[in-house]
Amino acid sequence: MTTTPSGAAAGAPAIEIHDLHKSFGPVKALDGLELAVTHGQVAGFLGPNGAGKSTTIRVLLGLLRKDSGNVRLLGGDPWRDAVALHRRLAYVPGDVSLWPNLSGGEAIDYLTRLRGTVDKRRKAELLERFELDPTKKARTYSKGNRQKVALVAAFMAEVDLLVLDEPTSGLDPLMESVFMDYVREAKDRGTSVLLSSHILSEVEKVCDTVTIIRAGRSVESGTLDQLRHLTRSAVTTVVTGDPAGLAVLPGVHDVQTTTVEEGTRVTFDVDNADIGGVLTALSAMGVHSFTAAPPSLEELFMRHYGDELAQEEAAAKHAADAAEPGARSRAGAR
Amino acid sequence: MTTTLERPAPPAPAAPAARGGSTLTGTWSLIRFILRRDRVRLTVWTVLIVMFYAYFTAALGLMSDTPGALEARGALMETPAGIVMGGPGYGIDNYTVGASMANEGTVWMVLALSIMSILHVVRHTRAEEESSRSELVRAAVVGRHAPAVAAVVTLVLVNVVIALVSALAMTGAGGIDELPMADSLGMTVGVALSSIVFGAIALVLSQLSEHGRGATGLSLAVFGLAFAIQVAGNLREIPGGTTLSWFSPIAWAQQTRAFVDLRWWPMALSVVAILLLLWLAAILASRRDFGGGMIATRKGRADAKASLRGPFALAWTQQRMALLWSCLGLGLMWFATGTLIPDIGTMVGDLVSENPAMAALFGDDPSTFATGFLGVIVLYAVLCCAAYAIVMAARPKAEETAGRLEIALARPVSRGRWLGAQLSVATLGAVVLTAVSVYALWFGAVVVGESEPGFGPYSEVFLAQLPAVLVYLGFVAALFAWAPRLTGLGWALLGYTFFIGFFGPLIEDMPDAAHYLSPLYWVPEAFVEDFDGVAFVGLLAVAAVLYALAFVGFRRRDVVTT
Repeated sequence: MTTTPSGAAAGAPAIEIHDLHKSFGPVKALDGLELAVTHGQVAGFLGPNGAGKSTTIRVLLGLLRKDSGNVRLLGGDPWRDAVALHRRLAYVPGDVSLWPNLSGGEAIDYLTRLRGTVDKRRKAELLERFELDPTKKARTYSKGNRQKVALVAAFMAEVDLLVLDEPTSGLDPLMESVFMDYVREAKDRGTSVLLSSHILSEVEKVCDTVTIIRAGRSVESGTLDQLRHLTRSAVTTVVTGDPAGLAVLPGVHDVQTTTVEEGTRVTFDVDNADIGGVLTALSAMGVHSFTAAPPSLEELFMRHYGDELAQEEAAAKHAADAAEPGARSRAGAR
Repeated sequence: MTTTLERPAPPAPAAPAARGGSTLTGTWSLIRFILRRDRVRLTVWTVLIVMFYAYFTAALGLMSDTPGALEARGALMETPAGIVMGGPGYGIDNYTVGASMANEGTVWMVLALSIMSILHVVRHTRAEEESSRSELVRAAVVGRHAPAVAAVVTLVLVNVVIALVSALAMTGAGGIDELPMADSLGMTVGVALSSIVFGAIALVLSQLSEHGRGATGLSLAVFGLAFAIQVAGNLREIPGGTTLSWFSPIAWAQQTRAFVDLRWWPMALSVVAILLLLWLAAILASRRDFGGGMIATRKGRADAKASLRGPFALAWTQQRMALLWSCLGLGLMWFATGTLIPDIGTMVGDLVSENPAMAALFGDDPSTFATGFLGVIVLYAVLCCAAYAIVMAARPKAEETAGRLEIALARPVSRGRWLGAQLSVATLGAVVLTAVSVYALWFGAVVVGESEPGFGPYSEVFLAQLPAVLVYLGFVAALFAWAPRLTGLGWALLGYTFFIGFFGPLIEDMPDAAHYLSPLYWVPEAFVEDFDGVAFVGLLAVAAVLYALAFVGFRRRDVVTT
């Protein structure tokens, strides 16, 4: 907007992180993290508490110094060009702490004036939409209201990048939807957004791409569609023929059968790559009804953080298979 | 429809009274929890207070070996300055170690213990509620009054322990003949009860104010008032004070006349006051909501003033009230001290002419009596300014740990600009406060017609002392930048300076190097030695290096948020 740091070309990726490492003493917070956000994209940044989301964001903001790796923010170096880069971004921390003797309105004005001038109409609109009383002293605000102060301050100006670290953790669903409106508005203006969260539905609503991290490493990233591609679909079908052949097909998991009026109801998960073979086999069995649901992000997430759980399950299933070949128990179902 | 509702009825909740659930349920667990949580804190307080009792007694015992020294001290205690710093003056005609201990020590021991009591009570009542930790506790099987009662019980406990051990320490340090056990107990128990009174006042104020800081501030203000009442009462008549003195809880400890003519009944006033205050607190607590107070929080502005622009303006709004109150409080105190200077000169002069042995203590030259005393006062004043500098230089750390530094630095604000704003406001405050302190002393002296030393020498003293104050500020700032966890070392340096400044000369075989660490060692003695340009420039250079280190270190390190 005002000054552009050297090397920042228009259309440069908003965020590029490659092989980022950061340790706090003996604790490895980030261990080879990869993250990319292209210009104008809304990127979800998912991970459980302690995965390294906030550490990554603080490195991006030049608050923490990286140990090694490449980090580019809006084409600049987040540590060296911090001031110039911060003119072009806005940040909302997960746990907002404000100056106890300032009112919410004063804190918003102060933060806004660090970058430019206060647009009073915009402020009034934001205060109204977020239902925030600006005259209360910051120390009397609840967590949600402190968060609203930071959100209003962030949405006050047009920036190139919004960095939001679990910004809705204290908001009620109504306020969350107001927040989503403003994120969409920013996106329509061409603002890139990095939205960290451990709430999947939040990311699913607005994000174009998702990066999932765990223990300081990226474990998966891509567009929502791409990620779903890697995963299984849940299929429920009723067939008139004998479904026994399904279980041995490649990519088919957790087959369960129940006898119903129309024939046999079969439910199973199938790797999306193998869905063609399954459809061929099914058509030979006389399909009465068929539904296939894409996995929710919840399931994606469970797959990453339920590793141990999944292994246990697999082991349990294996044992059950050995004991009762052919007949699958429902016990292993999620 | 009706059949679906015929589920077995849930067991009726046990009536609260059936299991002895009162508003005090859980008090015992909370007491144990407080003792566990504060085991280090309370131990440190206890050890420090007991050591102070023992040290003070031993120091006076040593002094009494010099013939006439205690008499001279007693004579000093009859002067207004002595009354302000000491007490109602029981036993000053025959000033023994015990009488001196009770007369001069009581008010300071009440001060130290009251600060402990006020902090303890607020910490375990209002501050807990404010932080919503108490919400978790209260949601468990814990009665409404249990947290407050647990705070009071532990408060009484720690005060009683301190009183008993201190009495043993005093009698032990001074000898049973000089300091009988009963009198030692009379002093320490009286002090402990006064301190509990202030703890109970803090409990009442914790019901009124919604914020821990507010409750602490109000309680300390009440202590200040009690101190002033006691001084005003004692100034009119010595020994014993006047009726006015008795309106101060501090007097209830002083009036036991320990080591002179011990009487126990003034302590009953403390006990009655404690019970009344606890009763009042209970009434207020039953009327208010959880988390609520009785003093409403004021509304703020919806829009910031045009002047609130940039980190410097914010640092100024954060520090100005502290600066204002420090200037007012310390300014008044040093002004009052200044008005006493002529009395000191004459009084010491009389003493020396009556008793040639006194000359050993105060020197032969009458013209230096007052300046010697002034030097000590300047030392106190500068240490107060250094304390202010340390507090303000530690402000950035509070901003950082609270996470406010993070949101400021996420805006286009460089680290240098942010730290520069914090430190320049702190430096400005320290300069103003030092000037106010020194010139208040001068003005107090001028008002009572003491024209020597004049404005010039006072200005020299101000200039000479200022760089030392800035060294403390720079030291804490550098610690903040390089080792934020060690910021508290600033207080260690101040404590060390105090120790070296007051007790260093008394210790034989003290290596010179031990003095060098004290910034004030390099400052020429006020009103005695000439202004030393080399020391001035040298100290300024040290401060400058420390400031520079702060900026360099702060630009390099991670911003830490807890």
